[in-house]
Amino acid sequence: MKARLEELRAEALGELQAVASQGALNDLRVKYLGKKGALTEILRGMGALSAEERPVIGGVANEVRGAIEAVIEEKQIAFQREETEGRLREETIDVTLPGRKLPTGSVHPLNKVAQEIEDVFIGLGYTIAEGPEVETDYYNFEALNLPKNHPARDMQDSFYVTDEILMRTHTSPVQVRTMKASAGMTPVKVICPGKVYRRDDDDATHSFQFNQIEGLVIGKGIRMSDLKGTLLQFVQQMFGSQAQIRLRPSFFPFTEPSAEVDVTCVQCAGDGCRMCKQTGWLEILGCGMVHPRVLEMGGYDPEEVTGFAFGMGVERIALLKYGIDDIRHFYSNDLRFLGQFARM
Amino acid sequence: MKVSYQWLNEYIDLSGLSAEELAERMTRGGIEIDGVESRNKGVTGVVVGHVVSKEKHPDADKLNVCKVDVGTGEELQIVCGAKNVDAGQLVPVAVIGAVLPGDFKIKRAKLRGVESQGMICSAKELGLNDKLLPKEQQEGILVLPESTRIGASIASVLGIDDEVLELDLTPNRSDCLSMLGVAYEVGALTGREVKLPDNAVHDAAAKTEGLVSVAVEAEEQCPHYTARYIQGVTIGSSPSWLQNRLMAAGIRPINNVVDVTNFVMLEYGQPLHAFDADKVPGGRIVVRMAREGETLVTLDDQERRLEPHMLVITDGNEPIALAGVMGGASTEVTAGTTNILLESARFDGGIVRKTSRQLGLRSESSIRFEKEVDPASVIPALDRAASLIAQLASGLVTDGIVQAAAKAPEKAVVEVTLARINGYLGTELSSLEVRSILGRLRFDYDFGADDAFRIQVPTRRGDITRAVDIIEEVARLHGYDNIPTTPIHGDVIPGSLTKPQAIRRELRKRLADSGLNEVTSYSFTSPARTEMFPALSEGARPVRLSMPMSEERSVLRTSLLAQLVETAVYNRNRKNESAALFEIGSVFHTDEETLTRLPREKHRFAALLTGNRVQSSWNGKAEAYDFYDAKGIVETIASVLGIAGKLTYAPAQPEHFHPGRTAAIVLDTESGPSIIGYVGQLHPAGQLEWELADTYVVELELEPVYEYADFDIVYRTLPRYPAMERDIAVVVNADVAAGDLTAAATRTAGALLESISVFDVFTGERLGAGKKSVALSLVYRHAERTLTDEEVTALHAEVVGHLAQSFGAELRK
Repeated sequence: MKARLEELRAEALGELQAVASQGALNDLRVKYLGKKGALTEILRGMGALSAEERPVIGGVANEVRGAIEAVIEEKQIAFQREETEGRLREETIDVTLPGRKLPTGSVHPLNKVAQEIEDVFIGLGYTIAEGPEVETDYYNFEALNLPKNHPARDMQDSFYVTDEILMRTHTSPVQVRTMKASAGMTPVKVICPGKVYRRDDDDATHSFQFNQIEGLVIGKGIRMSDLKGTLLQFVQQMFGSQAQIRLRPSFFPFTEPSAEVDVTCVQCAGDGCRMCKQTGWLEILGCGMVHPRVLEMGGYDPEEVTGFAFGMGVERIALLKYGIDDIRHFYSNDLRFLGQFARM
Repeated sequence: MKVSYQWLNEYIDLSGLSAEELAERMTRGGIEIDGVESRNKGVTGVVVGHVVSKEKHPDADKLNVCKVDVGTGEELQIVCGAKNVDAGQLVPVAVIGAVLPGDFKIKRAKLRGVESQGMICSAKELGLNDKLLPKEQQEGILVLPESTRIGASIASVLGIDDEVLELDLTPNRSDCLSMLGVAYEVGALTGREVKLPDNAVHDAAAKTEGLVSVAVEAEEQCPHYTARYIQGVTIGSSPSWLQNRLMAAGIRPINNVVDVTNFVMLEYGQPLHAFDADKVPGGRIVVRMAREGETLVTLDDQERRLEPHMLVITDGNEPIALAGVMGGASTEVTAGTTNILLESARFDGGIVRKTSRQLGLRSESSIRFEKEVDPASVIPALDRAASLIAQLASGLVTDGIVQAAAKAPEKAVVEVTLARINGYLGTELSSLEVRSILGRLRFDYDFGADDAFRIQVPTRRGDITRAVDIIEEVARLHGYDNIPTTPIHGDVIPGSLTKPQAIRRELRKRLADSGLNEVTSYSFTSPARTEMFPALSEGARPVRLSMPMSEERSVLRTSLLAQLVETAVYNRNRKNESAALFEIGSVFHTDEETLTRLPREKHRFAALLTGNRVQSSWNGKAEAYDFYDAKGIVETIASVLGIAGKLTYAPAQPEHFHPGRTAAIVLDTESGPSIIGYVGQLHPAGQLEWELADTYVVELELEPVYEYADFDIVYRTLPRYPAMERDIAVVVNADVAAGDLTAAATRTAGALLESISVFDVFTGERLGAGKKSVALSLVYRHAERTLTDEEVTALHAEVVGHLAQSFGAELRK
């Protein structure tokens, strides 16, 4: 019996050595180790053995079974590895083909810039005030110290609807509306963004419709030095902490003293380049202390409170920020232009 | 205002200050200098020559051969083609090696076989602006005065060794429309003294009073009128120094008398007018308002129809000049004029402005009157001009000035404390520093023990009337750079957006993140475009501009859609057939033909989808946008803003929309259902006309959205009991709206229905003509217990029964 077991071992190992597929391996497992397999067949004759022989033959039988199982296991792993490898080979794709992108649209660059400016001032404690784009002559001019026939009205030719109603030429009427709505309360800290309209022939740097953002602060003891401080804080947040400002005396009927504000050239950092015409500075906004007459008309006592105001063109800032060469791009809405603002 | 550096130097010492440095100082002080231009356009090596002889060129009719002495001791032979060249003249000669403007180098040359050692130049060839040249210099070579030194450099003879500063004046600084005003400004910046011109008049024996009379009948419009009389003048060209000054300032020399009036106007900022006294009967001047129907032929030979709001100078009967705007042709100074009536006056700025605008006559004179002239300059300017005319036109100034409406100019007195100045600016200036600034400005003041400055402002600075004007002067002369930079004192209030602003930002972000591109269109459009999409503007009129730039941009938009379609067409023309666009902006409606109040400005949202939602690619086919993409935008917005439950969609046929593929967006408001927008496909006829692929649009009023939007997120407990899902498919007539089926099912199922959705819709032969199948999925759930199969089955049967009853729905097996 022992000899038959040894024979079986030799035969099984020989056959297993040559096995080539998972199916054949399964068949061999059944053939040798199955319920009706060869090993079971031999062991069935155990009953005829003596009590002394039985444990000896049992030991041999277990040894044979162990040896066959070990080889089957080994083959099994090899076949599985092979199969996995085959599947991975089959599933290989060209990873350089493009993927399915999430949709990406864009916020219009003028709104993107306006929101950025608004956010800087919201961070400084300002709220946002809005007003109508079609305005009365009173709010647009008279209440801003620009009476009828004032020579300064030449500075901004307007689109009138009637003698008393016009397209606002600046966002400053919102200042007046805000002051009146505040009914003499302080402090006032607002930003007024919006579209404005001036009679201008369109070219690379002019548009009859454009966007402004104005700021107004009214309170007790507001000083021109506070205006400088506020503007410096703004330009450093907007253009980087290296940015400096320079104020030049100017004239606006609704502020006094008034100033034009230059910021360190964004292109050359002040060294002088074509963009800043070699001056190192770019003009970006106008500002000043609120004129006492404007405070009076807004319902404030200029002896009691003071204030400052500033205003900037959103297009101008966007042109500088993105290096855009023609203001008309903002209004032609060419997708090849708009698509460039899909980035953060 | 153009300011000659050399000329300015006559009123204030500019030594040590180049034109460029001066420009920088002035700009930083508040008078912006637009540019500094050299008057010499590139002339070197041109000298004064004496034409010794002139002979005809042997082989050319039009050429002359001249011998010219340029002071080198050797005569040059120069071939010259100018008609006016003659022996004995002094002329500019570009010798060999000289350079003319345009980098034109003079070389030895042969002209028709005759050698030419240089070139005799015209004024134009020397780079002088021919629009500014006196008539006699516009053609031929430039003939110089006899007194000119032979061999002298032409640049110094013509005074073009000079630079001109171009002032860009703000409306408040009209004081700098004069050389003296600019000199005072430079004095304030540098602390240097201003030298006034010599205006002493040497009166003749005759009394002006017997020759001239002046009366003002409109004193409010003419607060001061003065006149002088100059006898026996000889009209001729002005000396070159005077011509040069005028040309530097951009004014063309005419004759000695007119040139002097212009020169003194530039000097003092006081416009003057010279009448031919013999053409003013009896020397009578009456200033009054024009009368209806009167006319005047002005100096430019145009007949002007006058109106009663215009101020005129008359001879007692007829108008002879438009006050402050332009003189009349009948009293013009001409070559034969011998006696001059010289006017120096003040006219109301508003009147001059209105008249000059209405007649399209803006002159150096009207520009100055419009901004009000210095009352203190009226007489000094009159005297200065009279004395110069006497000197340059060899006349005699008669004794005395005649004047009317003469009110002594009053100086404004302004009071401001040192504390106020420092408190306003955030500075810590000492009284000494402020006194120094006021001193440089030449303002008289008292400084009291109460720390208050009482300042008498000279009349030349009419812009200074209150304390803040003085503070500004102090600020700019102290230097804006020297004002400190401080943070605002006081309470910190948090900044924030309003609800509408927050909503607009959210919409922008959501839509951009979903692949739409935001556009910005013009608010101005054409009347035709306002009629294209009238759906949300029923009964409203567009607002029309009174003087539009063009008919294309003559009215304010009433809808955002027309321009959105136009933008799609614009991009289609640039090979972008697919586009997903949106705009948030205002439209303008009025009820009035002529506006007496502001129009309604309505915030709108609009979107447009055209072409493909998905482009074809290596792993997929192109997919075109359809109605449900557009509707999905509205639904997404609605759910983000918390108003989805308040919106319903009803089939609608607004103009220019596809009648079968458009829905009105209905908001359930407190006062009942209200249409707040439309979503649909453009009418195929429109698509064809605009050559657009299938295009879907949305337009939505934002004000109701602002009102009903609900940002409050209220957490609901997650369901603890299982849901039961039941599907049904019903066959109904094809015109039954799925929305009506779901609405009816929702009503019937009541509170236990958690959700309902349409998961399949189809038509087909099997169902029969005019029929469709709609498959619904209903989810039932009770918040506090598990539903039993029986109760759901009963409820569901009720739903099915109701659909059968209301819509003739048959359950599909």
